[in-house]
Amino acid sequence: MILTKEQQAILDGEKGETLAKVMKTLVMYGDAFEAEKLVPITSRYNHLVTSFGLKVMSPVYDLMQQLLDAGVASEQQFSVDPRPIDKNVPANFLQNLVFSKFMYTKQDFYEGQLEKLGLMDKNAFTCTCYMDEVGNKPKKGDILSWAESSAVVYANSVLGARCNRNSGIIDIMGSIVGYVPYFGLLTDAGRKATWVVKVQTTQKPEAQLLGSAIGMKVMEDVPYVVGLDKWIGTELDDAACAYLKDFGAATASNGAVGLYHIANLTPEAVELGESLVAEGAREYIIDDAELERVKANYPVIWKNPDAAPKLCFVGCPHLSLEQLKEWTVNIETELQKNQQKKITIPTVFTAAPAVLDAFTKTEYAARLKATGVITSYICPLMYMNNPLCKKMPVITSSNKLRTYTSARYYTDAEILNAITGGKNR
Amino acid sequence: MKQFKGRVITPGEVTAEALVTREGFNTLASFQMALQFGDKEVKCGDQSNRDLYGKSMLGKALCLPQTIGSTTGGLVLYCACSMEKNPACMLFAGHIDSLAAAGAVLAEVWVDGVTMPVIDSLGEEFLAYVKDGMQITVKADGTVEVI
Repeated sequence: MILTKEQQAILDGEKGETLAKVMKTLVMYGDAFEAEKLVPITSRYNHLVTSFGLKVMSPVYDLMQQLLDAGVASEQQFSVDPRPIDKNVPANFLQNLVFSKFMYTKQDFYEGQLEKLGLMDKNAFTCTCYMDEVGNKPKKGDILSWAESSAVVYANSVLGARCNRNSGIIDIMGSIVGYVPYFGLLTDAGRKATWVVKVQTTQKPEAQLLGSAIGMKVMEDVPYVVGLDKWIGTELDDAACAYLKDFGAATASNGAVGLYHIANLTPEAVELGESLVAEGAREYIIDDAELERVKANYPVIWKNPDAAPKLCFVGCPHLSLEQLKEWTVNIETELQKNQQKKITIPTVFTAAPAVLDAFTKTEYAARLKATGVITSYICPLMYMNNPLCKKMPVITSSNKLRTYTSARYYTDAEILNAITGGKNR
Repeated sequence: MKQFKGRVITPGEVTAEALVTREGFNTLASFQMALQFGDKEVKCGDQSNRDLYGKSMLGKALCLPQTIGSTTGGLVLYCACSMEKNPACMLFAGHIDSLAAAGAVLAEVWVDGVTMPVIDSLGEEFLAYVKDGMQITVKADGTVEVI
Protein backbone atom coordinates (compact mmCIF):
# COMPACT_ATOMS: atom_id res chain seq x y z
CA MET A 1 0.00 0.00 0.00
CA ILE A 2 1.31 3.43 -0.88
CA LEU A 3 0.87 5.90 1.96
CA THR A 4 1.07 9.68 1.92
CA LYS A 5 3.81 11.33 3.99
CA GLU A 6 1.27 12.16 6.67
CA GLN A 7 -0.05 8.58 6.82
CA GLN A 8 3.47 7.14 6.86
CA ALA A 9 4.44 9.47 9.70
CA ILE A 10 1.51 8.22 11.77
CA LEU A 11 2.48 4.61 11.00
CA ASP A 12 6.05 5.37 12.00
CA GLY A 13 4.90 6.55 15.40
CA GLU A 14 5.44 10.29 15.04
CA LYS A 15 2.04 10.91 16.61
CA GLY A 16 2.41 8.28 19.30
CA GLU A 17 2.47 4.54 19.67
CA THR A 18 -1.28 4.06 19.96
CA LEU A 19 -2.08 6.02 16.81
CA ALA A 20 0.65 4.04 15.04
CA LYS A 21 -1.10 0.81 16.05
CA VAL A 22 -4.40 2.18 14.76
CA MET A 23 -2.75 3.00 11.44
CA LYS A 24 -1.04 -0.40 11.34
CA THR A 25 -4.42 -2.08 11.85
CA LEU A 26 -5.93 -0.18 8.92
CA VAL A 27 -2.93 -0.85 6.67
CA MET A 28 -2.94 -4.59 7.45
CA TYR A 29 -6.71 -4.67 6.94
CA GLY A 30 -6.29 -2.99 3.57
CA ASP A 31 -3.37 -5.25 2.63
CA ALA A 32 -5.64 -8.28 3.02
CA PHE A 33 -7.59 -6.87 0.06
CA GLU A 34 -4.63 -5.58 -1.95
CA ALA A 35 -5.75 -2.00 -1.29
CA GLU A 36 -3.35 0.39 -3.00
CA LYS A 37 -4.07 3.39 -0.81
CA LEU A 38 -6.04 4.91 2.01
CA VAL A 39 -8.74 7.41 1.03
CA PRO A 40 -10.30 10.19 3.12
CA ILE A 41 -13.64 9.60 4.81
CA THR A 42 -16.09 12.20 3.48
CA SER A 43 -19.31 11.57 5.41
CA ARG A 44 -20.28 13.98 8.17
CA TYR A 45 -20.86 11.25 10.74
CA ASN A 46 -19.67 7.71 11.42
CA HIS A 47 -21.81 4.83 12.67
CA LEU A 48 -20.51 2.20 15.09
CA VAL A 49 -21.91 -1.27 15.67
CA THR A 50 -20.85 -1.81 19.28
CA SER A 51 -23.49 -0.36 21.58
CA PHE A 52 -23.52 -2.88 24.37
CA GLY A 53 -21.62 -2.90 27.62
CA LEU A 54 -21.38 -6.66 27.91
CA LYS A 55 -19.16 -7.82 30.73
CA VAL A 56 -17.70 -10.53 28.51
CA MET A 57 -16.60 -7.99 25.89
CA SER A 58 -14.07 -6.45 28.25
CA PRO A 59 -11.27 -6.66 25.67
CA VAL A 60 -13.20 -4.17 23.53
CA TYR A 61 -13.56 -1.66 26.37
CA ASP A 62 -9.92 -2.13 27.31
CA LEU A 63 -8.96 -1.27 23.75
CA MET A 64 -11.26 1.77 23.74
CA GLN A 65 -9.65 2.87 26.99
CA GLN A 66 -6.21 2.57 25.41
CA LEU A 67 -7.42 4.94 22.71
CA LEU A 68 -8.83 7.39 25.25
CA ASP A 69 -5.76 7.24 27.48
CA ALA A 70 -3.60 8.01 24.48
CA GLY A 71 -5.73 11.08 23.81
CA VAL A 72 -6.97 9.92 20.41
CA ALA A 73 -10.59 10.63 19.58
CA SER A 74 -12.79 10.16 16.57
CA GLU A 75 -12.40 12.94 13.99
CA GLN A 76 -16.11 12.48 13.32
CA GLN A 77 -19.01 12.29 15.69
CA PHE A 78 -20.95 9.07 15.39
CA SER A 79 -24.19 7.27 16.05
CA VAL A 80 -24.16 3.74 17.40
CA ASP A 81 -26.38 0.65 17.40
CA PRO A 82 -29.37 0.38 19.81
CA ARG A 83 -29.08 0.04 23.53
CA PRO A 84 -29.47 -3.54 24.81
CA ILE A 85 -31.81 -2.83 27.71
CA ASP A 86 -35.03 -0.89 28.20
CA LYS A 87 -37.28 -1.15 31.24
CA ASN A 88 -40.34 -0.84 28.96
CA VAL A 89 -39.71 -4.28 27.50
CA PRO A 90 -41.31 -7.14 29.44
CA ALA A 91 -38.81 -9.14 31.46
CA ASN A 92 -39.25 -11.28 34.52
CA PHE A 93 -37.34 -10.91 37.79
CA LEU A 94 -34.68 -13.42 36.76
CA GLN A 95 -34.14 -11.81 33.37
CA ASN A 96 -33.79 -8.37 34.92
CA LEU A 97 -31.30 -9.77 37.37
CA VAL A 98 -29.26 -11.40 34.60
CA PHE A 99 -29.36 -8.25 32.45
CA SER A 100 -28.35 -5.80 35.16
CA LYS A 101 -26.11 -7.88 37.42
CA PHE A 102 -24.46 -10.28 35.03
CA MET A 103 -24.62 -9.33 31.37
CA TYR A 104 -24.69 -5.58 30.83
CA THR A 105 -22.71 -4.47 33.86
CA LYS A 106 -20.40 -2.40 31.65
CA GLN A 107 -23.20 -0.46 29.93
CA ASP A 108 -22.83 2.84 31.79
CA PHE A 109 -19.05 2.64 31.65
CA TYR A 110 -19.06 1.95 27.91
CA GLU A 111 -21.58 4.72 27.17
CA GLY A 112 -19.23 7.05 29.03
CA GLN A 113 -16.41 5.93 26.75
CA LEU A 114 -18.57 6.51 23.68
CA GLU A 115 -19.41 10.05 24.80
CA LYS A 116 -15.72 10.83 25.19
CA LEU A 117 -14.92 9.27 21.83
CA GLY A 118 -17.49 11.37 19.92
CA LEU A 119 -21.07 10.13 20.30
CA MET A 120 -23.47 12.46 18.38
CA ASP A 121 -25.87 12.76 21.30
CA LYS A 122 -27.18 10.67 24.18
CA ASN A 123 -30.03 9.33 22.06
CA ALA A 124 -27.99 8.42 18.99
CA PHE A 125 -28.53 4.70 19.62
CA THR A 126 -30.15 2.95 16.66
CA CYS A 127 -29.32 0.63 13.78
CA THR A 128 -31.28 2.93 11.45
CA CYS A 129 -29.15 6.04 11.87
CA TYR A 130 -30.02 7.08 8.29
CA MET A 131 -33.62 7.92 9.22
CA ASP A 132 -34.37 11.64 8.71
CA GLU A 133 -35.35 11.94 12.37
CA VAL A 134 -31.91 10.69 13.47
CA GLY A 135 -29.91 12.72 11.00
CA ASN A 136 -26.95 10.51 10.10
CA LYS A 137 -27.76 10.21 6.41
CA PRO A 138 -24.75 10.19 4.08
CA LYS A 139 -24.85 11.64 0.58
CA LYS A 140 -24.43 9.68 -2.65
CA GLY A 141 -20.75 9.03 -3.21
CA ASP A 142 -19.70 9.70 0.40
CA ILE A 143 -16.90 7.47 1.71
CA LEU A 144 -17.82 5.92 5.06
CA SER A 145 -16.15 3.97 7.84
CA TRP A 146 -19.41 2.50 9.11
CA ALA A 147 -20.12 -0.87 10.63
CA GLU A 148 -23.55 -2.49 11.34
CA SER A 149 -24.39 -4.76 8.46
CA SER A 150 -27.94 -3.50 7.91
CA ALA A 151 -26.85 0.15 7.92
CA VAL A 152 -23.90 -0.48 5.61
CA VAL A 153 -26.00 -2.29 3.02
CA TYR A 154 -28.63 0.47 3.18
CA ALA A 155 -26.07 3.26 2.84
CA ASN A 156 -24.44 1.56 -0.15
CA SER A 157 -27.57 0.43 -1.93
CA VAL A 158 -30.31 2.96 -1.21
CA LEU A 159 -28.23 6.08 -0.56
CA GLY A 160 -25.39 5.36 -2.99
CA ALA A 161 -22.67 5.98 -0.39
CA ARG A 162 -19.51 3.87 -0.42
CA CYS A 163 -18.63 1.67 2.51
CA ASN A 164 -17.17 -1.75 3.08
CA ARG A 165 -18.65 -4.17 5.57
CA ASN A 166 -16.30 -2.99 8.27
CA SER A 167 -16.14 -4.74 11.57
CA GLY A 168 -16.72 -3.14 14.92
CA ILE A 169 -13.53 -1.41 16.20
CA ILE A 170 -12.31 -1.03 12.60
CA ASP A 171 -15.20 1.43 12.21
CA ILE A 172 -13.91 3.87 14.82
CA MET A 173 -10.29 3.38 13.82
CA GLY A 174 -11.15 4.77 10.39
CA SER A 175 -12.67 7.82 12.03
CA ILE A 176 -9.66 8.31 14.28
CA VAL A 177 -7.16 8.63 11.44
CA GLY A 178 -9.72 9.97 8.94
CA TYR A 179 -8.98 7.36 6.27
CA VAL A 180 -10.16 3.95 5.13
CA PRO A 181 -8.42 1.44 2.83
CA TYR A 182 -9.59 1.70 -0.76
CA PHE A 183 -10.96 -1.68 -1.82
CA GLY A 184 -14.15 -3.63 -2.42
CA LEU A 185 -17.34 -1.61 -2.28
CA LEU A 186 -15.42 1.67 -2.37
CA THR A 187 -14.34 0.97 -5.95
CA ASP A 188 -16.39 1.00 -9.17
CA ALA A 189 -15.26 -2.54 -9.98
CA GLY A 190 -16.29 -3.79 -6.53
CA ARG A 191 -19.79 -2.39 -7.03
CA LYS A 192 -20.46 -4.46 -10.14
CA ALA A 193 -23.07 -7.19 -9.75
CA THR A 194 -21.93 -10.77 -10.07
CA TRP A 195 -25.44 -12.15 -9.72
CA VAL A 196 -28.64 -11.32 -11.60
CA VAL A 197 -31.63 -12.17 -9.44
CA LYS A 198 -34.93 -12.45 -11.29
CA VAL A 199 -38.00 -11.98 -9.12
CA GLN A 200 -40.85 -13.93 -10.71
CA THR A 201 -43.31 -14.19 -7.83
CA THR A 202 -47.07 -13.89 -8.29
CA GLN A 203 -47.38 -11.42 -5.42
CA LYS A 204 -45.22 -8.85 -3.64
CA PRO A 205 -42.47 -10.91 -1.99
CA GLU A 206 -42.01 -10.53 1.74
CA ALA A 207 -38.99 -8.23 2.13
CA GLN A 208 -37.31 -10.23 4.88
CA LEU A 209 -37.86 -13.54 3.10
CA LEU A 210 -36.63 -12.32 -0.28
CA GLY A 211 -33.56 -10.81 1.36
CA SER A 212 -32.87 -14.03 3.21
CA ALA A 213 -33.10 -16.13 0.03
CA ILE A 214 -30.77 -13.79 -1.84
CA GLY A 215 -28.30 -13.50 1.06
CA MET A 216 -28.00 -17.25 1.44
CA LYS A 217 -27.48 -17.68 -2.29
CA VAL A 218 -25.05 -14.89 -3.17
CA MET A 219 -23.24 -14.68 0.21
CA GLU A 220 -21.00 -11.59 -0.05
CA ASP A 221 -21.48 -10.94 -3.76
CA VAL A 222 -23.40 -8.04 -5.25
CA PRO A 223 -26.82 -8.95 -6.68
CA TYR A 224 -28.64 -6.99 -9.40
CA VAL A 225 -32.33 -7.62 -8.74
CA VAL A 226 -34.73 -7.52 -11.68
CA GLY A 227 -38.52 -7.58 -11.39
CA LEU A 228 -38.86 -6.17 -7.89
CA ASP A 229 -39.82 -2.71 -9.15
CA LYS A 230 -43.06 -4.32 -10.35
CA TRP A 231 -44.01 -4.73 -6.69
CA ILE A 232 -42.40 -1.80 -4.88
CA GLY A 233 -42.32 0.82 -7.64
CA THR A 234 -39.65 2.97 -9.21
CA GLU A 235 -39.57 5.76 -6.61
CA LEU A 236 -37.57 5.68 -3.39
CA ASP A 237 -40.55 6.81 -1.32
CA ASP A 238 -41.09 5.95 2.36
CA ALA A 239 -42.65 2.59 1.61
CA ALA A 240 -39.91 1.52 -0.82
CA CYS A 241 -37.17 2.66 1.57
CA ALA A 242 -38.73 0.75 4.47
CA TYR A 243 -39.02 -2.34 2.27
CA LEU A 244 -35.39 -2.07 1.20
CA LYS A 245 -34.27 -1.51 4.81
CA ASP A 246 -35.82 -4.83 5.84
CA PHE A 247 -34.81 -6.62 2.64
CA GLY A 248 -31.20 -5.44 2.99
CA ALA A 249 -30.91 -6.42 6.64
CA ALA A 250 -31.91 -9.97 5.70
CA THR A 251 -29.41 -10.13 2.81
CA ALA A 252 -26.67 -8.95 5.17
CA SER A 253 -27.44 -11.23 8.10
CA ASN A 254 -28.49 -14.38 6.26
CA GLY A 255 -25.57 -13.84 3.93
CA ALA A 256 -22.94 -11.13 3.80
CA VAL A 257 -24.33 -8.73 1.22
CA GLY A 258 -22.96 -5.20 1.48
CA LEU A 259 -24.54 -3.78 -1.67
CA TYR A 260 -27.44 -4.67 -3.93
CA HIS A 261 -28.87 -2.96 -6.97
CA ILE A 262 -32.61 -2.95 -7.69
CA ALA A 263 -33.32 -2.37 -11.39
CA ASN A 264 -35.12 0.95 -12.03
CA LEU A 265 -35.08 1.89 -8.33
CA THR A 266 -31.78 2.22 -6.46
CA PRO A 267 -29.57 5.16 -7.50
CA GLU A 268 -26.78 3.36 -9.31
CA ALA A 269 -29.17 0.97 -11.05
CA VAL A 270 -31.21 3.95 -12.29
CA GLU A 271 -28.07 5.73 -13.44
CA LEU A 272 -26.09 2.86 -14.94
CA GLY A 273 -28.68 0.14 -15.58
CA GLU A 274 -27.46 -3.26 -16.70
CA SER A 275 -23.95 -1.98 -17.30
CA LEU A 276 -23.58 -2.67 -13.56
CA VAL A 277 -23.77 -6.39 -14.26
CA ALA A 278 -20.33 -7.98 -14.51
CA GLU A 279 -19.45 -10.32 -17.33
CA GLY A 280 -20.21 -13.93 -16.44
CA ALA A 281 -22.71 -13.02 -13.72
CA ARG A 282 -24.68 -15.97 -12.42
CA GLU A 283 -28.46 -16.11 -12.36
CA TYR A 284 -30.88 -16.88 -9.55
CA ILE A 285 -34.60 -17.10 -10.21
CA ILE A 286 -36.95 -16.50 -7.31
CA ASP A 287 -40.54 -17.62 -7.59
CA ASP A 288 -43.21 -18.44 -5.01
CA ALA A 289 -41.93 -22.00 -4.60
CA GLU A 290 -38.38 -20.86 -3.94
CA LEU A 291 -39.49 -18.47 -1.20
CA GLU A 292 -41.63 -21.19 0.31
CA ARG A 293 -38.65 -23.59 0.22
CA VAL A 294 -36.41 -21.07 1.97
CA LYS A 295 -38.98 -20.38 4.69
CA ALA A 296 -39.70 -24.06 5.26
CA ASN A 297 -36.00 -24.74 5.82
CA TYR A 298 -35.58 -22.37 8.77
CA PRO A 299 -34.81 -24.49 11.83
CA VAL A 300 -37.18 -24.27 14.80
CA ILE A 301 -35.14 -24.64 17.96
CA TRP A 302 -37.88 -24.11 20.50
CA LYS A 303 -38.00 -26.96 23.01
CA ASN A 304 -41.68 -27.30 22.25
CA PRO A 305 -42.32 -26.30 18.64
CA ASP A 306 -46.04 -26.01 19.40
CA ALA A 307 -45.56 -23.67 22.37
CA ALA A 308 -47.75 -20.59 22.55
CA PRO A 309 -45.64 -17.47 21.84
CA LYS A 310 -44.84 -15.43 24.95
CA LEU A 311 -43.38 -12.38 23.24
CA CYS A 312 -43.27 -10.81 19.81
CA PHE A 313 -40.64 -8.42 18.45
CA VAL A 314 -41.17 -6.27 15.38
CA GLY A 315 -38.47 -3.84 14.32
CA CYS A 316 -35.11 -5.45 13.69
CA PRO A 317 -33.82 -3.31 12.06
CA HIS A 318 -35.67 -0.47 13.77
CA LEU A 319 -39.00 0.58 12.29
CA SER A 320 -39.51 3.79 10.37
CA LEU A 321 -42.13 6.37 11.34
CA GLU A 322 -44.33 5.29 8.43
CA GLN A 323 -44.03 1.63 9.42
CA LEU A 324 -45.15 2.47 12.95
CA LYS A 325 -48.19 4.25 11.55
CA GLU A 326 -48.99 1.44 9.14
CA TRP A 327 -48.74 -1.22 11.85
CA THR A 328 -51.03 0.87 14.06
CA VAL A 329 -53.75 0.95 11.43
CA ASN A 330 -53.32 -2.72 10.55
CA ILE A 331 -53.53 -3.84 14.18
CA GLU A 332 -56.63 -1.75 14.83
CA THR A 333 -58.30 -3.19 11.76
CA GLU A 334 -57.44 -6.79 12.64
CA LEU A 335 -58.43 -6.43 16.30
CA GLN A 336 -61.81 -5.16 15.21
CA LYS A 337 -62.17 -8.01 12.72
CA ASN A 338 -61.19 -10.56 15.38
CA GLN A 339 -63.42 -8.92 17.99
CA GLN A 340 -60.53 -8.25 20.31
CA LYS A 341 -59.77 -5.08 22.22
CA LYS A 342 -56.08 -5.62 22.79
CA ILE A 343 -53.32 -7.69 21.31
CA THR A 344 -53.19 -11.27 22.54
CA ILE A 345 -49.41 -11.73 22.66
CA PRO A 346 -47.12 -9.22 24.44
CA THR A 347 -45.60 -7.30 21.54
CA VAL A 348 -42.73 -4.84 21.32
CA PHE A 349 -42.19 -2.50 18.38
CA THR A 350 -38.69 -1.10 18.23
CA ALA A 351 -37.51 2.13 16.60
CA ALA A 352 -34.85 4.79 16.99
CA PRO A 353 -35.35 7.13 19.98
CA ALA A 354 -35.75 10.08 17.60
CA VAL A 355 -38.31 8.18 15.51
CA LEU A 356 -40.23 7.27 18.67
CA ASP A 357 -40.18 10.93 19.70
CA ALA A 358 -41.64 11.90 16.33
CA PHE A 359 -44.20 9.09 16.58
CA THR A 360 -45.28 10.29 20.02
CA LYS A 361 -46.21 13.61 18.46
CA THR A 362 -48.67 11.94 16.07
CA GLU A 363 -52.20 10.77 16.81
CA TYR A 364 -51.08 7.20 16.08
CA ALA A 365 -49.01 6.88 19.27
CA ALA A 366 -52.01 6.85 21.60
CA ARG A 367 -53.89 4.55 19.25
CA LEU A 368 -51.03 2.04 19.17
CA LYS A 369 -50.69 2.21 22.94
CA ALA A 370 -54.39 1.48 23.27
CA THR A 371 -53.89 -1.80 21.40
CA GLY A 372 -51.40 -2.89 24.05
CA VAL A 373 -48.29 -2.75 21.87
CA ILE A 374 -45.17 -1.52 23.67
CA THR A 375 -42.71 0.72 21.88
CA SER A 376 -39.02 0.66 22.69
CA TYR A 377 -35.60 1.75 21.47
CA ILE A 378 -34.07 -1.58 22.48
CA CYS A 379 -32.02 -3.94 20.32
CA PRO A 380 -34.15 -7.12 20.31
CA LEU A 381 -31.10 -9.15 19.42
CA MET A 382 -29.28 -8.02 22.54
CA TYR A 383 -32.38 -8.59 24.65
CA MET A 384 -32.60 -12.19 23.45
CA ASN A 385 -28.92 -12.92 23.62
CA ASN A 386 -29.03 -15.08 26.77
CA PRO A 387 -30.04 -18.65 27.71
CA LEU A 388 -33.20 -17.47 29.52
CA CYS A 389 -34.62 -16.16 26.28
CA LYS A 390 -33.56 -19.29 24.46
CA LYS A 391 -36.14 -21.15 26.50
CA MET A 392 -38.77 -18.55 25.71
CA PRO A 393 -41.00 -18.90 22.62
CA VAL A 394 -40.51 -15.55 20.89
CA ILE A 395 -41.88 -14.74 17.46
CA THR A 396 -40.70 -12.07 15.04
CA SER A 397 -40.95 -10.88 11.47
CA SER A 398 -37.22 -10.14 11.48
CA ASN A 399 -35.03 -12.57 9.65
CA LYS A 400 -31.99 -11.03 11.31
CA LEU A 401 -33.40 -11.74 14.77
CA ARG A 402 -34.24 -15.29 13.67
CA THR A 403 -30.66 -15.79 12.52
CA TYR A 404 -29.01 -14.80 15.78
CA THR A 405 -31.49 -16.00 18.37
CA SER A 406 -34.10 -18.67 19.03
CA ALA A 407 -36.87 -16.35 17.80
CA ARG A 408 -39.13 -17.93 15.23
CA TYR A 409 -39.76 -16.13 11.97
CA TYR A 410 -43.18 -15.35 10.57
CA THR A 411 -44.21 -13.00 7.80
CA ASP A 412 -45.66 -9.61 8.74
CA ALA A 413 -49.15 -10.88 7.86
CA GLU A 414 -48.70 -13.98 10.03
CA ILE A 415 -47.43 -11.85 12.92
CA LEU A 416 -50.37 -9.50 12.56
CA ASN A 417 -52.74 -12.42 12.62
CA ALA A 418 -51.04 -14.00 15.63
CA ILE A 419 -50.88 -10.92 17.83
CA THR A 420 -54.45 -9.86 17.13
CA GLY A 421 -55.95 -13.21 18.04
CA GLY A 422 -56.70 -14.27 14.47
CA LYS A 423 -57.97 -17.74 13.75
CA ASN A 424 -55.34 -18.74 11.20
CA ARG A 425 -52.59 -19.38 13.69
CA MET B 1 -1.13 -36.33 3.03
CA LYS B 2 -2.04 -33.48 0.76
CA GLN B 3 -0.51 -30.03 0.65
CA PHE B 4 -2.18 -26.74 -0.20
CA LYS B 5 -0.63 -23.31 -0.59
CA GLY B 6 -2.45 -20.19 0.48
CA ARG B 7 -1.85 -16.54 1.26
CA VAL B 8 -0.81 -15.49 4.74
CA ILE B 9 -3.15 -12.95 6.33
CA THR B 10 -1.67 -13.29 9.81
CA PRO B 11 1.42 -15.44 10.27
CA GLY B 12 2.15 -18.38 12.52
CA GLU B 13 2.72 -22.12 12.69
CA VAL B 14 0.34 -24.60 14.28
CA THR B 15 -0.88 -28.20 14.16
CA ALA B 16 -4.51 -28.90 15.03
CA GLU B 17 -7.51 -31.05 14.27
CA ALA B 18 -9.70 -29.92 11.39
CA LEU B 19 -13.20 -28.60 11.94
CA VAL B 20 -14.89 -28.01 8.62
CA THR B 21 -17.85 -26.00 7.43
CA ARG B 22 -18.85 -25.65 3.84
CA GLU B 23 -21.44 -23.03 4.75
CA GLY B 24 -20.71 -19.41 5.60
CA PHE B 25 -19.40 -19.08 9.17
CA ASN B 26 -21.51 -16.61 11.10
CA THR B 27 -18.99 -15.38 13.68
CA LEU B 28 -21.43 -13.65 16.04
CA ALA B 29 -23.99 -16.45 15.97
CA SER B 30 -21.25 -19.06 16.42
CA PHE B 31 -19.41 -17.46 19.35
CA GLN B 32 -21.88 -15.27 21.23
CA MET B 33 -23.37 -17.78 23.66
CA ALA B 34 -20.09 -19.61 24.25
CA LEU B 35 -18.16 -16.44 25.06
CA GLN B 36 -20.90 -14.88 27.09
CA PHE B 37 -21.67 -17.82 29.30
CA GLY B 38 -18.22 -19.29 29.72
CA ASP B 39 -18.56 -22.43 27.63
CA LYS B 40 -15.14 -24.00 28.11
CA GLU B 41 -15.43 -26.01 24.90
CA VAL B 42 -16.56 -22.95 22.92
CA LYS B 43 -19.28 -24.88 21.11
CA CYS B 44 -20.67 -23.33 17.95
CA GLY B 45 -24.03 -21.71 18.70
CA ASP B 46 -25.14 -21.00 15.14
CA GLN B 47 -28.33 -23.01 14.67
CA SER B 48 -28.25 -22.31 10.92
CA ASN B 49 -24.85 -23.92 10.42
CA ARG B 50 -25.57 -27.60 9.94
CA ASP B 51 -21.86 -28.48 9.83
CA LEU B 52 -20.81 -26.84 13.09
CA TYR B 53 -23.79 -26.33 15.40
CA GLY B 54 -22.94 -27.75 18.83
CA LYS B 55 -19.34 -28.68 17.98
CA SER B 56 -16.36 -27.39 19.94
CA MET B 57 -14.33 -24.77 18.06
CA LEU B 58 -11.63 -24.27 20.68
CA GLY B 59 -8.16 -25.06 19.40
CA LYS B 60 -9.45 -26.47 16.12
CA ALA B 61 -8.21 -25.74 12.61
CA LEU B 62 -11.35 -24.04 11.35
CA CYS B 63 -11.72 -24.65 7.62
CA LEU B 64 -14.35 -22.49 5.93
CA PRO B 65 -15.39 -20.68 2.77
CA GLN B 66 -15.90 -17.26 4.42
CA THR B 67 -17.51 -15.59 7.40
CA ILE B 68 -20.96 -14.01 7.16
CA GLY B 69 -23.42 -12.01 9.21
CA SER B 70 -23.12 -9.17 11.68
CA THR B 71 -20.33 -6.63 11.48
CA THR B 72 -19.58 -7.37 15.09
CA GLY B 73 -17.86 -10.43 13.60
CA GLY B 74 -14.36 -8.98 13.70
CA LEU B 75 -14.56 -7.77 17.26
CA VAL B 76 -16.10 -11.05 18.38
CA LEU B 77 -13.09 -12.84 16.89
CA TYR B 78 -10.81 -10.30 18.56
CA CYS B 79 -12.49 -10.98 21.91
CA ALA B 80 -12.26 -14.74 21.40
CA CYS B 81 -8.51 -14.37 20.84
CA SER B 82 -8.11 -12.04 23.84
CA MET B 83 -9.87 -14.61 26.01
CA GLU B 84 -7.91 -17.49 24.46
CA LYS B 85 -11.12 -19.09 23.23
CA ASN B 86 -10.21 -18.95 19.58
CA PRO B 87 -9.70 -21.65 16.98
CA ALA B 88 -6.04 -22.64 16.50
CA CYS B 89 -6.14 -21.22 13.00
CA MET B 90 -8.61 -20.16 10.31
CA LEU B 91 -8.21 -21.54 6.82
CA PHE B 92 -10.23 -20.02 4.00
CA ALA B 93 -10.78 -21.74 0.69
CA GLY B 94 -11.39 -18.46 -1.12
CA HIS B 95 -10.48 -14.83 -0.52
CA ILE B 96 -10.94 -13.73 3.06
CA ASP B 97 -13.93 -11.45 3.78
CA SER B 98 -13.71 -8.07 5.47
CA LEU B 99 -15.02 -9.17 8.88
CA ALA B 100 -12.70 -12.12 9.29
CA ALA B 101 -9.79 -10.03 8.06
CA ALA B 102 -10.62 -7.36 10.63
CA GLY B 103 -10.78 -9.92 13.43
CA ALA B 104 -7.49 -11.52 12.42
CA VAL B 105 -5.73 -8.15 12.15
CA LEU B 106 -7.14 -6.79 15.41
CA ALA B 107 -5.94 -9.90 17.22
CA GLU B 108 -2.51 -9.70 15.59
CA VAL B 109 -1.95 -6.01 16.37
CA TRP B 110 -3.70 -5.59 19.71
CA VAL B 111 -3.53 -8.95 21.53
CA ASP B 112 -0.23 -9.95 23.09
CA GLY B 113 0.78 -13.57 23.38
CA VAL B 114 -1.87 -15.12 21.17
CA THR B 115 -1.15 -16.41 17.70
CA MET B 116 -3.95 -17.47 15.38
CA PRO B 117 -2.56 -18.01 11.89
CA VAL B 118 -5.05 -17.07 9.20
CA ILE B 119 -4.54 -18.30 5.64
CA ASP B 120 -6.82 -17.63 2.68
CA SER B 121 -7.03 -18.56 -1.03
CA LEU B 122 -6.36 -22.27 -0.39
CA GLY B 123 -8.68 -23.18 -3.25
CA GLU B 124 -12.01 -24.96 -3.51
CA GLU B 125 -10.13 -28.28 -3.67
CA PHE B 126 -8.95 -27.70 -0.10
CA LEU B 127 -12.48 -27.48 1.24
CA ALA B 128 -13.57 -30.44 -0.88
CA TYR B 129 -10.72 -32.57 0.50
CA VAL B 130 -10.56 -31.70 4.19
CA LYS B 131 -12.83 -33.50 6.68
CA ASP B 132 -13.54 -33.11 10.38
CA GLY B 133 -10.84 -34.74 12.51
CA MET B 134 -8.04 -34.67 9.93
CA GLN B 135 -4.72 -33.34 11.17
CA ILE B 136 -3.77 -29.94 9.83
CA THR B 137 -0.34 -28.36 9.94
CA VAL B 138 0.03 -24.70 9.03
CA LYS B 139 3.46 -23.41 8.07
CA ALA B 140 4.72 -19.85 8.19
CA ASP B 141 4.74 -19.46 4.40
CA GLY B 142 1.05 -20.32 4.08
CA THR B 143 1.53 -24.00 3.28
CA VAL B 144 -1.20 -26.18 4.78
CA GLU B 145 -0.65 -29.92 5.16
CA VAL B 146 -3.68 -32.14 5.63
CA ILE B 147 -3.33 -35.72 6.91
